[in-house]
Amino acid sequence: MNQFSHLVYLIPLFPLVGFLINGLARNSLSKSATGIIGSGVILASFVLSVLIFLEVKSPGFQPVIVNLFDFIRVTDFTIAFSFRVDQLSTLWLLIVTGIGFLIHLYSTSYMHSEAAPHFARFFAYMNLFVFSMLLLVLGANYVIMFIGWEGVGLCSYLLIGYWFKNNDYNYAARKAFVMNRIGDLGFLLAVFWLLAKLGTVDYTEVFARVATLSTFDITAITMLLFVGAAGKSAQIPLYTWLPDAMAGPTPVSALIHAATMVTAGIYMIVRSNILYSLAPFTQAVVATIGLATALLAATIAIKQNDIKKVLAYSTVSQLGYMFLGLGVGAYTGAVFHVMTHAFFKALLFLGAGSVIHAIHNEQDIRNMGGLKKYMPITHITFLLACLAISGIPPFSGFFSKDEILAAAFEHNVIFWIIGVLTAGLTAFYMFRLYATTFQGTFRGTPEQEHHLHESPSAITIPLIVLAILSVVGGFLGIPEVFAPDSHWLEHFLSPLIAKTEPAHLLTHATEYMLMGVSVGIALIAILIAWTRYSKKPEMEEATGAGKVLANKWYVDELYNSVIAVPIQKLGGFLNNIIEKNVIDGLVNAVGKGIQYAGRQIRLVQSGQVGNYILLMVLSLVLMILLIFYGHNLNPIINWITK
Amino acid sequence: MIPVLLILIPLLSGFITFFLKNERTVKSWALLSSIATLIVSLFSLGMLQGNNQLTYDTQWLPLLGSRFTVSLDGMGKMITLLTAISFPVIFAATYKNTYSKPASFYALMLLSQAGLMGVFCAADLLLFYFFWELALIPVYFLSSIWGGERRIPVTFKFFIYTFVGSLFMLLGIIYVYYQTPGHSLAMSQIYNLTFPDGRENYLFGLFFIAFAIKMPIFPFHTWQPDTYEQAPTAVTMVLSAVMVKMGVFAVIRWLLPMFPDASHSMSHLVILLAVIGMLYASLIAIKQDDMKRLIAYSSIAHIGLMGAAMFTSDAAAMQGVMFQMFAHGINVLGLWITADVIEKQTGTRKFSELGGLAQKSPTLAILFVTMALANIALPLTNAFIGEFLMFSGLFKYNVWLAAIALISIILAAVYTLWMVQKIFYGDAKDSNLPVVILPNGTRLMLMILVVVILVFGVFPQPMINLTTDTVTKLIAQIK
Repeated sequence: MNQFSHLVYLIPLFPLVGFLINGLARNSLSKSATGIIGSGVILASFVLSVLIFLEVKSPGFQPVIVNLFDFIRVTDFTIAFSFRVDQLSTLWLLIVTGIGFLIHLYSTSYMHSEAAPHFARFFAYMNLFVFSMLLLVLGANYVIMFIGWEGVGLCSYLLIGYWFKNNDYNYAARKAFVMNRIGDLGFLLAVFWLLAKLGTVDYTEVFARVATLSTFDITAITMLLFVGAAGKSAQIPLYTWLPDAMAGPTPVSALIHAATMVTAGIYMIVRSNILYSLAPFTQAVVATIGLATALLAATIAIKQNDIKKVLAYSTVSQLGYMFLGLGVGAYTGAVFHVMTHAFFKALLFLGAGSVIHAIHNEQDIRNMGGLKKYMPITHITFLLACLAISGIPPFSGFFSKDEILAAAFEHNVIFWIIGVLTAGLTAFYMFRLYATTFQGTFRGTPEQEHHLHESPSAITIPLIVLAILSVVGGFLGIPEVFAPDSHWLEHFLSPLIAKTEPAHLLTHATEYMLMGVSVGIALIAILIAWTRYSKKPEMEEATGAGKVLANKWYVDELYNSVIAVPIQKLGGFLNNIIEKNVIDGLVNAVGKGIQYAGRQIRLVQSGQVGNYILLMVLSLVLMILLIFYGHNLNPIINWITK
Repeated sequence: MIPVLLILIPLLSGFITFFLKNERTVKSWALLSSIATLIVSLFSLGMLQGNNQLTYDTQWLPLLGSRFTVSLDGMGKMITLLTAISFPVIFAATYKNTYSKPASFYALMLLSQAGLMGVFCAADLLLFYFFWELALIPVYFLSSIWGGERRIPVTFKFFIYTFVGSLFMLLGIIYVYYQTPGHSLAMSQIYNLTFPDGRENYLFGLFFIAFAIKMPIFPFHTWQPDTYEQAPTAVTMVLSAVMVKMGVFAVIRWLLPMFPDASHSMSHLVILLAVIGMLYASLIAIKQDDMKRLIAYSSIAHIGLMGAAMFTSDAAAMQGVMFQMFAHGINVLGLWITADVIEKQTGTRKFSELGGLAQKSPTLAILFVTMALANIALPLTNAFIGEFLMFSGLFKYNVWLAAIALISIILAAVYTLWMVQKIFYGDAKDSNLPVVILPNGTRLMLMILVVVILVFGVFPQPMINLTTDTVTKLIAQIK
């Protein structure tokens, strides 16, 4: 029993070793050696993850804590460097290492034009990312999670700025890091709050002692954790870094900015679901923010022409769905959507990468078109992913999205209406993207057309695997209405989810109705988009309301003028005025005053005998006065020498 | 005997250095001397508290009731270790630098090390004051003889400013002297003093000004950026890696145990100033175009956190301060070494003129980025441990102050990554700078520092344990 769970530390260790080898020996490794090491370590982690999963899945499994050493031990608290193997962490292990491996494999081909040292640097960063993500997932307390949390932020920074010669990319990288840090501030405050109130950050102990916390404490802690989640998972108001993060190489967008890192916020909230279930206020905030983000990002995606930007906003929007699920208490639904989304969004990004690669780094969909003829595998897999994300049965996205929408309906019908509307928008912009890219005729240069080709197998194999998962992934969570008691995921996660989740009160008729409406709206949106954009794509710049959407509601400009510029101005003001003139001015004034006094007093020594005699007389008078009346000063002298 | 050796080795070898002729001899001699000190310091780590090798006591100024008492507790071991590490690292990393009158330069460097060691070992208040001034004088000469263009006015201001602070402390010392029963200045006697009502606050003020200027705590910091900028970088390293810790150290060693009530009642004001200073310095750092000035302001922000944390009376925060003294010393040393190499080889330290160095000097880039990450206290670097503990204590002290102070970690990311971006990223063609080649000694030192950063970031416990005795005793004294 549990023979593999105790080896769980090997799972993050493999990628760490990969990082060290690729990083330190980057100048001497050949590209194929780098690729084999870089992907091999992730595969090793994946294999071990599967073995552990099989153990966890077996009946009667109890969570395993593997304690490596005491990380920080002071009088008031101890923070252990320990890992926790349970249903939730195992599920994420599979997603991170499984999809991670596919994307590493894909990268061996996608990044092949890089020089060997940079190729190794890329794989080193990717390995380091997987290592950090595994720490985040496996940590048995909030501090270990935070180590991974900031670690993935770092790797994201390094990979967005991978092509560091381009200054725009560097700015995007820094923006991502800083916005994540804003969220991290919330996370840290929550950790300090737990330490101050409970003296522990260990999951088991925190959840066991949750009853000793006041409602205010719980609300504050959950809200602060949510600030962290909003930063990492790109929710309002901290979402603007994610679309800019598309500056990184496409496999990075697939792995970090779609499938894994950005779901860390969902992982954290599900992990803390016992706290969240006791904080209805926070839940309402989470649901509202999630829904608003889903809608806002979907509206922006409609008018984007960069293939990766469309997918980026779609990611933001889908993450919003997941937060909606968390907010209405559908934790399993949110996890389910994380999983299916990881399949189809990784697939979409890798497909986009395949396209970008084929047309020599062109990302503007207006210069594409008709690609289905040239790239059959990319085309079919991309189409399947589009169907999955649009929520068309029986593809995976349908099941997970439906679960969240049903929970939203039970909670508040307005949530459901906006959710379905957003689902319609999703289907619309995804098929606008699909039709503009793959249907119609090719609109690029003849030279580009000449070179169009299907990608090599290191690229198409991951596409095919992910396509299969996108198609069948939904069967892990078949709703009650189709087949009773067949929601595998719900059973699997049930030991970890607070038991306050409302039982499914919806009648079967209502549930069929809800599904029918959302699928119907999605189908109509697909039909409109397909017919409209496969013939005549949107070539001209948007005007009017469309321009507002194309410019992302001008949120970046708003942040810039309300936050970034004032901070810079304040810094300049402090630097040029306060520091130089006020504070240092004061210091210098004291110095000058003493110098001035010195100059003046010097004049007393004038060399004129008359003056000296005058001073002598005055001093004598003063002495006589002191002798006769000096006792009046005694209190002062006493006070000094007391 | 250990503390005496820590003072004597640099003191004697420093005096000998004045008479050495050849530049190579001088450099090797200084390096050798500093390594000998380091070995002695490493020896002290293995010794248990109470070992009589860790204390030494002899007659010094019987007329004044002052004795030459030196001793090492956990904090003493930690900070002398930092001092002992810093000097050989500085000597090795700047081995290729040339100075006019090298004998005097290295002699004064060693003398300042002797002064610093004395400050950290002294268990007698007058002895402490003696070394406090002794450490300052060589640094004054080093900066005003070998410094940059504006060295004369800048160093003069630095000297006067810190000296005025010291005079306030001297006043306090004289007063304290008259309060002790047997007119003694021994630490054991002073710790047990109680002062008449209201008097403690004034005394606190006299000592605090001296220490606050040294650290520096806002608004007493304006000497620092100019001095760091104008001093030769080797001296700047001494100043910011070790000397500013004198202020932090002195607060913990003397101020808090001597005036526990005043420390408690003044803590609101001090912490508020420190937190304001953190944000203030961080905001100014964002606007710097000079690498040395940016590091200077960043350092003020980091010291500000220590200043706030040590007045919280929280054990975890105090452990954090101890840890961070060491960590900050190591990290800032690394930053200055890189700044020095870059300035020496490209001829500039302005961000507007730098750029693209990562392309041709990837090793330097990797080392610098790691140190930059430590500067923003990323987990698994040493600074995270210290800052985490300090913030956790500050949070217990006051939630809002902690939240405001935490904004500085965002600003730290802004300016530190800005610095990385401006120096290393971008296309090398745009800036047209020569390739920066790391001399072997410099590279080795930077690598050692990076290893130290990571090792203590992952396994901080030995360093935490080292200073636990001091913290436990201190908390008992001030509670």
